[in-house]
Amino acid sequence: MTAFRVGLAVALGVTLTFLVVPVLSIFLEAGPGELLASLGDPSARDALRLSLQTTLAAVAIIVVVGTPAAYALATRRFRGRALVVTLIELPLVLPPAAAGIALLASLGPNGLLGGAIEATGARLVLETAGVIVALTFVASPFYLRQAQAAFEALDPSWLDASRTLGAGEARTFARVAVPAAAPGLLAGLALAWGRALGEFGATLMFAGSLRGVTQTVPLAIYERLSTDFTGALALSAVLVVASAVLLLSVKLLAGSRALGGARA
Amino acid sequence: MRHAALALVLAVLAGCGGGGGEERLTVSAASSLKRPFAAYGEGYPGAEVRLAFGGSDELAAQIRQGVRPDVFAAANRKLPEQLFAAGLVEKPRVFAGNRLVLAVPAGATGVSSLADLTEPGVRVAAGAPGVPVGAYTREVLARLPARQRRAIEANIRSSEPDVGGVVAKLTQGAVDAGFVYVTDVAAAGDRLRAIPLPRSLTPRVAYAVAVVEGARRPAAARAFVDGLLRGRGAVALRAAGFEPPPGR
Repeated sequence: MTAFRVGLAVALGVTLTFLVVPVLSIFLEAGPGELLASLGDPSARDALRLSLQTTLAAVAIIVVVGTPAAYALATRRFRGRALVVTLIELPLVLPPAAAGIALLASLGPNGLLGGAIEATGARLVLETAGVIVALTFVASPFYLRQAQAAFEALDPSWLDASRTLGAGEARTFARVAVPAAAPGLLAGLALAWGRALGEFGATLMFAGSLRGVTQTVPLAIYERLSTDFTGALALSAVLVVASAVLLLSVKLLAGSRALGGARA
Repeated sequence: MRHAALALVLAVLAGCGGGGGEERLTVSAASSLKRPFAAYGEGYPGAEVRLAFGGSDELAAQIRQGVRPDVFAAANRKLPEQLFAAGLVEKPRVFAGNRLVLAVPAGATGVSSLADLTEPGVRVAAGAPGVPVGAYTREVLARLPARQRRAIEANIRSSEPDVGGVVAKLTQGAVDAGFVYVTDVAAAGDRLRAIPLPRSLTPRVAYAVAVVEGARRPAAARAFVDGLLRGRGAVALRAAGFEPPPGR
């Protein structure tokens, strides 16, 4: 029994060390002053600004289209629903390189829909719009899954009551379901945002890497690796902090949702 | 049950250890060397050759961070010389030459010379400034009149981490032209067409290789390097279109 307990403690210690030491090293390898100074570099600023813009755009698209989609999946029963849910979740486990190839094969200039896109005069590859497409593709399942679960956790009698009182389907969705599911929706938003911030492979393959246009923070880190290791560390530190904040907000929202559930 | 799991773990570990006690040689090489090195490493006598390809600058950065392959082969002289000066590799040797060209998709007619790259709206891919192919590209551009250079620079739509990225952007039809090595055009089969650069602009592309200090198999590593200068490696390089090492 004691041997088992020691084993558990050792396993936990090893796990913690293995996962935490690399992340801490980002902050310890160079001093905080050096890290901050590297962030003043104009190309680092461009990458941070572009990452903020493209991830915000992607998250906005995901929320606007994904919220009603998740509501439909949570409240409707139809043939093939399980298949639809699985298909939507697929990008969750898709390797980024496969996502990049998939985007090229579908939306690239030589892709299935490439001709149709070109006919509209739009261009995605090597453009900021292409970055947003790549981020939306890889990050949306994180929101959809969470949003679907949040809607499914609502008490159906609330929605029924709202409809019985004459609110109508659309009003029930907007005034009852979305506010009640808000903590879960926000947690999904934070998860999707975190995934979008870190996207690397699909962006590089589909959108390329050009300062100020398609070079997001992860791509800038990669380009700096050989020439400016401290600069690469500094940008990584920003991503670590941003990811930690997003994770923390997910945890807090999960907590508040539990409170909401208790109240109901 | 526990024994089965243990046996599985041991089998996996043994698999990582390489086949039948044969020596293993790890070679970090520039992306552009993929074809000849794969041919040279295939059935390499006396050792299992493990190849890791990437941008030369990235591979050099890994060595500076403590990664220890047995051999480092770069698409320039500068990176191995810098590592040599830092005491991280043995004296580098120049083992091959190459030519930078302008590549276009095989069927395309929009771009037929360097001058066409100055037209607004032409889309160009190049290597990032840190990777050798990108540095050579900027050498070419620096030799052009300032107006022409700026016009081309404005048309560069992607700075790729290695030459493979430039080739991919070309074959995917994402760009109209890209700066790559002539050997990359040959390796792409009939998908790409090479437009030679004017002689006065062509940079001298020399590949240098070095045995890494602290290599686990220094003798085998040196033999691998020797074979690149004369032997099966040199034959594979010529077959892939690489030139003999240019003189100093």
